[in-house]
Amino acid sequence: MARNDLQGSLDLLVLKTLAQRSSLHGYGIALHIQRASDELLQVEEGSIYPALHRMEQSRWITAEWALTETGRRARYYRLTAAGRKQLQEAEASFEQLVRGVRAMLQYA
Amino acid sequence: MGILRRLGNLGRQNKLDAEYEAELTAHLEMRTADNISAGMSPEEARRMARLQFGNPGAVKERTAAVDTALGLQQLWREARYAVRTLVRSPGFSGMALGVITVCLGATTALFAVVRGVLLEPLPFRDPSQLVMVYEHFQGGSSGSAYSPVSPADYYEWRARTHGFEDMAAWRDWQFNLSGGHGELPEVVHAEAATWNLFSVLGVRPALGRAFSASEDRFGASRVAMLTWSLYESRFGGDAAIVGKQIHMDGNAWTVVGVLPKWYSYPGANVQLWVPYTSIASSGFLQHHADDQSLVVARLRPGVSLAAAMSEVKAVQYRIHMENLDQPVAPDVLSRPMLDDLVQDVRLPLLILLGAVACVLLIGCLNVANLLVARGAARQREMAIRGALGAGRLTLIRQQLAESMLLCLVGGALGVLLSVAVIRWLIHAWRNLPRAEEIHMDIRVLAFACVLILAAGLLAGLLPAILAARRSTFALLRDATRTVRGSASGTRLRSTLLTVEVAVTVVVLVAAGLLLKSFLRLRMTDVGATTENVLTMHYDLPESVYNTPAKVVRFTDALLERIPHLPGVVATGLGSVVPGAGDGDDDVFTIVEHPSLKPGEDMPAALTRVADPNYFHALGIPLLQGRVFTPQDRLKQANIVVISKQLAQEYFHGENPLGMHLRVPDWGASTTYEVVGVVADTLYQAGKPPKATIYAPVLAGQLDRDYTLVVRTASDPLALSLPVQKEIAEVDPGVPVTNVLTMQQILGQSAETASFTATLVLAFAALSLILAAVGLFGVMSYMVAQRTTEIGVRIALGAGREEVLQLMMRDGLKPAVFGLTLGLGSSMGLARLIRSMLYATQPLDPMVFVLVASILLAAAAAACAAPAWRASRMDPMTALRTD
Repeated sequence: MARNDLQGSLDLLVLKTLAQRSSLHGYGIALHIQRASDELLQVEEGSIYPALHRMEQSRWITAEWALTETGRRARYYRLTAAGRKQLQEAEASFEQLVRGVRAMLQYA
Repeated sequence: MGILRRLGNLGRQNKLDAEYEAELTAHLEMRTADNISAGMSPEEARRMARLQFGNPGAVKERTAAVDTALGLQQLWREARYAVRTLVRSPGFSGMALGVITVCLGATTALFAVVRGVLLEPLPFRDPSQLVMVYEHFQGGSSGSAYSPVSPADYYEWRARTHGFEDMAAWRDWQFNLSGGHGELPEVVHAEAATWNLFSVLGVRPALGRAFSASEDRFGASRVAMLTWSLYESRFGGDAAIVGKQIHMDGNAWTVVGVLPKWYSYPGANVQLWVPYTSIASSGFLQHHADDQSLVVARLRPGVSLAAAMSEVKAVQYRIHMENLDQPVAPDVLSRPMLDDLVQDVRLPLLILLGAVACVLLIGCLNVANLLVARGAARQREMAIRGALGAGRLTLIRQQLAESMLLCLVGGALGVLLSVAVIRWLIHAWRNLPRAEEIHMDIRVLAFACVLILAAGLLAGLLPAILAARRSTFALLRDATRTVRGSASGTRLRSTLLTVEVAVTVVVLVAAGLLLKSFLRLRMTDVGATTENVLTMHYDLPESVYNTPAKVVRFTDALLERIPHLPGVVATGLGSVVPGAGDGDDDVFTIVEHPSLKPGEDMPAALTRVADPNYFHALGIPLLQGRVFTPQDRLKQANIVVISKQLAQEYFHGENPLGMHLRVPDWGASTTYEVVGVVADTLYQAGKPPKATIYAPVLAGQLDRDYTLVVRTASDPLALSLPVQKEIAEVDPGVPVTNVLTMQQILGQSAETASFTATLVLAFAALSLILAAVGLFGVMSYMVAQRTTEIGVRIALGAGREEVLQLMMRDGLKPAVFGLTLGLGSSMGLARLIRSMLYATQPLDPMVFVLVASILLAAAAAACAAPAWRASRMDPMTALRTD
């Protein structure tokens, strides 16, 4: 399994997911990341939980227990205003990183 | 951020646990359900769900770690785990615990002593405003720059300067306290103080009152204050004594007050206080040359010490100019009262604290070393735990938990130990000023806690970081088949050892220098026989022995009786014996010499009395002329014997015999003919000889100290009772004190030196043992690490000696580095203790060579066993071990 769970990029993926969907449980977030990246990014699903709880402690996201469509109890996460701001910063710095790496790959 | 919330989470751990469980289970169940609907069998679906999820246990742990503050939860778990690990290897734990207990205990105790004696402010009102003021002779003939003050100088300073709120003076005195109801007479150590002393210090009596100004006037009624110790021991702590009379030297003194229990200044041996003038003759207060008093002054707020002292300086210079014919100091000096009290023990205490801190450092390094060794032995355990999902931080914390636990338990035991050590130090170190200030309190405990934490961090962090630095994979690979031990581990341990050895060398050198200096001091020839000599002090009550004839009658009777006791070889009587301190000193002039030029210091000499047999009994050789005879008594006794030093210093090669001395203090009109010159004796071991004048004891001068000297055939102390009985037979009212052999007297003067040298030596021995144990541990570890390599070498034909050499070389390398480093630092540090060394150079080559050889021998011994084991290894067994 590809090690795509580098903390920074995992945070970014989770925040982005939550920005598009109003509220989602951990499994849903993992599924969305896999599908939206055309299965290219395989997250070790368990590793999403320490990240979620850390972001919760940083107040980027909030959590509450709710029932799924199939009537199962799950913990739903929702982006906060601070989380939205964090997402913008993370996106910007990631873009910069990508541009930098791409430039290197082209000219080096 | 969120710390409070996290701390709050700690409290509801069980509920949180259930929540994590529920969240993760929900995830797995949803994944399983999706997998089933994608067409997998239920088993396959569950398996895949797990595989995609990762280790649920580890995930849960990591998630919980995010929510729980500062890993407090883990801390508890790690502590429990550490206890289990430590209990499993009792040898290691016991050794580490012992090392830490001893080191922390000793350091804490020494800190408590240093704090109590050197740092704690004096228990007086505004103690920082108190200074001691001294006279100062530029010539420095008396040895110390700080000379005591004469009464007249003190009175002038107090009257004519304004920078000090007030000044008080006191001087030593001795009384013969007799019982009203036939109790034994007792010599009490008293101080005569100006009436304002206690108000200058800000001390209130526990009972009664202090002296009043009217009681400190010549001819006032006699009053006294008791210290608490005398109040308890002699008067049974009965408050009714205040207002009653006690009998001293045949006079009645009214007790006006009792000092509080904590009050023990200037020394714990003071038993009684009387007003300054009560012991003085009428002329005494006008003396500018009778330098016997100590002066304490309280600085006026807002006045600088320099400004206040410059006024005193000016007054003193004027007094000097007005009394050029007398030895009046031209200058003054001051120092803070606290410094004044502790100046003799400051350096010894700091040396001890330094030594003990070195031992603590060595102890910590040793425990660190032991932990590194164990870390190496547990590499595979760590690797497996890492593979099972333990985070790097967890592993570091785990190791830290062990060292912290060791230090906490060791520290707790150490604090208990330090209580005992403090008690022993106070008891064993006599003459330690301010001993009553030394106790365990919250600040000493806080210091101990800081030490414990620092020691735990130092001992644990190094090995922990090292052990956790390498990746799981590398560790597992290495651990399966080690050909050569991990290089970084060995390097770290060698570095630790080098530092350990270097510090050991420093302590050893300090101990060596102090020991050599102490031995030199003990072996100093004071110029008199010290084998089998008994001395005792007696005091003739002034009220009974009030004429020279009475004094001489007692002396004759005593000297008639003692020689007849069995076992007595020789008997002498004098005021002070060599090595027992400076006693009296006086200025004198030589009648035949021209009178002094202005500004020239008057000749000064120690003055002693001696009987005809004194010189013979103490083995002091006569160089010229004669000693006293029994006929030199009373009025026919205006003769003196002088020491060689006096002859050289003041007669400059002239023949002193037949010359005459005038000693103003003995009577301005009388002259004393010099009849003999005797060899020099030292008034104190370790100090240069001083010019000395001996007068005949049979002159019967009043109010003298007497020391009876009895040279015996065998054990001198066996004669102490018979001799005391003889004194009691002549007069039962004469109190005897200080029954000591000459050896004991000399031992007393070397006491602080002996104490410091012994303790530092003990610390040095401890350091050496610790360093050797460390070296042994490292060698054993290296041999274990290189078992396979050694096996290969032997299998390929390396000789046993070569292996032995190889291992010895590797083992001794850190020792040699450490030795070089240590000797280098010692050269710098030894200068710091120069002032404590007697007849020993700070760079004494013998000490340095000896330390180097002892250390190398210990290192070689520590390395020998493991190296020998390596060379005896069976190659087959060695190759099979992993």
